Amino acid sequence: MSERASVPKEDEADAEAEPAEDETTDEQPAQTGADAVATALENAGVEYLFGVQGGAIMPVYDALYEHDEMTHITMAHEQGAVHAADAYGIVSGEPGVCMATSGPGATNLVTGIADANMDSDPLIALTGQVPTDLVGNDAFQETDTIGVTQPITKHNIFAQSPDEVGTDVGHAWALANEGRQGPTLVDLPKDVTQTETDVKPGKPETPDTYNPPTEADEVVVEEAAKTLADADRPVILAGGGVIKGEAVDELRQFAREYEIPVVQTMPGTGAFPDDDPLSLEIAGMHGTGYGNLAISNCDVLLGIGTRFDDRLTGGIDSFAPDADVIHVDIDPAEISKNVYADYPLLGDAKAVIRQLDDALERAPDCGDWRDQCDEWKDEYPMDYQTPEDEPLKPQYVVEKYDELTPDDTIVTAGVGQHQMWAWQYWTWKHPRTWVTSHGLGTMGYAVPSAIGAKLAAPDQEVVAFDGDGSFLMTAQELSVAVRENLDITIVVLNNEAVGMVRQWQDGFYEGRRMASEYPWIPQFDKLAEAFGAQGLRLEDYDSVEETIQEARDYDGPSVIDAIIDPSENVYPMVPSGGDNARFALKEDHLEEL
Amino acid sequence: MSDEGLRGPGPNERILPEGRRNDQGIRIDPEAEAEHPPERTLLSALVKNEPGVLAEASGLFSRRQFNIESLTVGRTIDPELSRMTIVIEEPRPGIDQAKKQLEKLIPVVSVRELDADAVQRELVIVKVNGEEPDKVNAITQMYDGETLDAGPRTITVELTGDEQKIDDAIDAYEQFGIRELVRTGYAALARGEAPTARVKQPNKAPTESQVATQEVSDD
Ligand SMILES: Cc1ncc(C[n+]2csc(CCOP(=O)(O)OP(=O)(O)O)c2C)c(N)n1
Repeated sequence: MSERASVPKEDEADAEAEPAEDETTDEQPAQTGADAVATALENAGVEYLFGVQGGAIMPVYDALYEHDEMTHITMAHEQGAVHAADAYGIVSGEPGVCMATSGPGATNLVTGIADANMDSDPLIALTGQVPTDLVGNDAFQETDTIGVTQPITKHNIFAQSPDEVGTDVGHAWALANEGRQGPTLVDLPKDVTQTETDVKPGKPETPDTYNPPTEADEVVVEEAAKTLADADRPVILAGGGVIKGEAVDELRQFAREYEIPVVQTMPGTGAFPDDDPLSLEIAGMHGTGYGNLAISNCDVLLGIGTRFDDRLTGGIDSFAPDADVIHVDIDPAEISKNVYADYPLLGDAKAVIRQLDDALERAPDCGDWRDQCDEWKDEYPMDYQTPEDEPLKPQYVVEKYDELTPDDTIVTAGVGQHQMWAWQYWTWKHPRTWVTSHGLGTMGYAVPSAIGAKLAAPDQEVVAFDGDGSFLMTAQELSVAVRENLDITIVVLNNEAVGMVRQWQDGFYEGRRMASEYPWIPQFDKLAEAFGAQGLRLEDYDSVEETIQEARDYDGPSVIDAIIDPSENVYPMVPSGGDNARFALKEDHLEEL
Repeated sequence: MSDEGLRGPGPNERILPEGRRNDQGIRIDPEAEAEHPPERTLLSALVKNEPGVLAEASGLFSRRQFNIESLTVGRTIDPELSRMTIVIEEPRPGIDQAKKQLEKLIPVVSVRELDADAVQRELVIVKVNGEEPDKVNAITQMYDGETLDAGPRTITVELTGDEQKIDDAIDAYEQFGIRELVRTGYAALARGEAPTARVKQPNKAPTESQVATQEVSDD
């Protein structure tokens, strides 16, 4: 990774430095709105910015020329910038920053902003806007960015004056970070960033109308603790909020102290280690059979930082149908939105788990229940077949990669079957190591997010599992990984199809594979080489380890084009809206459902 | 990795729990099974006077498919704040969700559900055919209205009142032929000493509906 990724500014700056030094200037150079933006970011401790230049954002870029403490990573596409910033935020825990010019630049951010919104990722988008006097006139490269992003941001702000723009950016940063994290956007008209101001921005602060809850109501905590202590079949469901709320240690300690089995949602993956005897791993449409059976049969469900997404719950009528629900969440609007909460515990996950711990007088007596869960584990292991005469199984590639790499390796993924295999067959041990598009399901997420993840955690290994379809959507960001010499590996689980769609067509549309097969895709190893990355091709079991090692040993980005069995599908599976206890383990089970 | 792949009994051979939830995620027991009928509810919100607040609020309602009957907004005595009065018709969980989602918007300072006895008024301007001015005038007086404009062909009157009164008045004007009418939607304040909406203190204390959410409710 290069330190000076920002701008080739050192050389130019050196060349211009001398005459400037001769001038004895008492006068401070005038500060503009754009300087205020840059200073506000600096005050927030921002290290990296991801973006693409353009007319309306140029003043801000120009101001960044003076800010060496921040490094700008030029991406190939604004979608790359927003996913990279998003992943940076997930891995580091602090808002990632992306920037784009007005109009097409801003609209190219939209998918990534919507993605961050669904996953409550801390993110700020800074968008250029046409000068205020042209706003509303369909000016060149004008889009109503505020209007477009209102439904997909936690908050957005149209900057109105150079004196306030620093505060606007501070608000955006603080709001993205505090309470339930999420994306914010500041739209920056060119005149606002170009005009002079003598207002120096301070540290980021949230507006005074924003008051996220901290500790849950004591009375409800007491009641919830009593219910939990009396439970026969309790389950903890750990959502993304456990990780976002830095409550991982508290959760682990709590579950172990009271010996309550734990299931994780997809965004909660890594909150509880898969190899812990209490872990039932993952739940939902492609979750483990035992995880889903435990939720379906529990009598008390302690959901922490989860919004009960429909991919998790399946049909609401059959979700934890016998359970009293204790719901811990920092966002009041999540309480009883999808699943009715019998005990709403509004507050910060870390604080509320401690409160529950204090209130819980004894562990629930649930040895039989734990035995039952273990039985289900034996009955429904995550497994797949590896006949020698069949092409490479994707699950095998994932498992091997996991075996060969350190526990804290960060895995990013696109969206599709490959994402599900990566999720199912990796052994998760640490939070902030599973970086993917959960709620929006955005194909193309893997490569740019691997870039953001690597910059956020340069000492950790990063592997991106991608599908051939997803890879084609943002493969151009490889150019950035090469330029920045990022040591990442992209494993394309290549089935020459948008496999997840094909799986559904085979299962639910009588095998009519309309527009799901991609027999015309390029050779990804060659494509990687064209970008200046290392390209590897993987076709058989014997060379799996060796190829993975080759990719890991290479100092820079590698792409493994892994040719996998195109007929392999993702199981277990619950058809959408189905009953999670009725998962299919193979094709013919689907007919039973 | 194995030669057999996934195993275990198939979907039809598994023991399944018997309980069920309704579509609002509430466990079905005889008490809770009853469907929540839609209720007409008045919400009053204090919002910061920022551009876009109205769009944000109305966008929220349409995006989440809340059934909104009327939405009005106007200044308060505090030049920094406006008051929105929103009438929605939703089952109880929808009303709670609407309140909480509204309260989540950053420029929203406070959200309050008003009791049914709140003081509520709507303004309507009706333009009717002017052939029978005396009769029109009689009805206008009957409903405490005011004539705003009277010409040989049209008479325009203004009325305020609650929904029932306005509906009745409109019915009465129908006989002359209503050419056009405009209704403003509701403005409302809590009755008596009760404050319509309290300004949140910037002390990070939980807001009203946050507290309400924490109460264990038996309903
Ligand atoms: C941007 C976007 N477009 C379309 C989809 C719909 N979709 C979901 S999964 C999928 C297939 C993904 O194919 P690929 O990336 O090749 O992965 P595979 O399923 O084959 O592993 C598609 C098209 C999506 N999720 N995102």
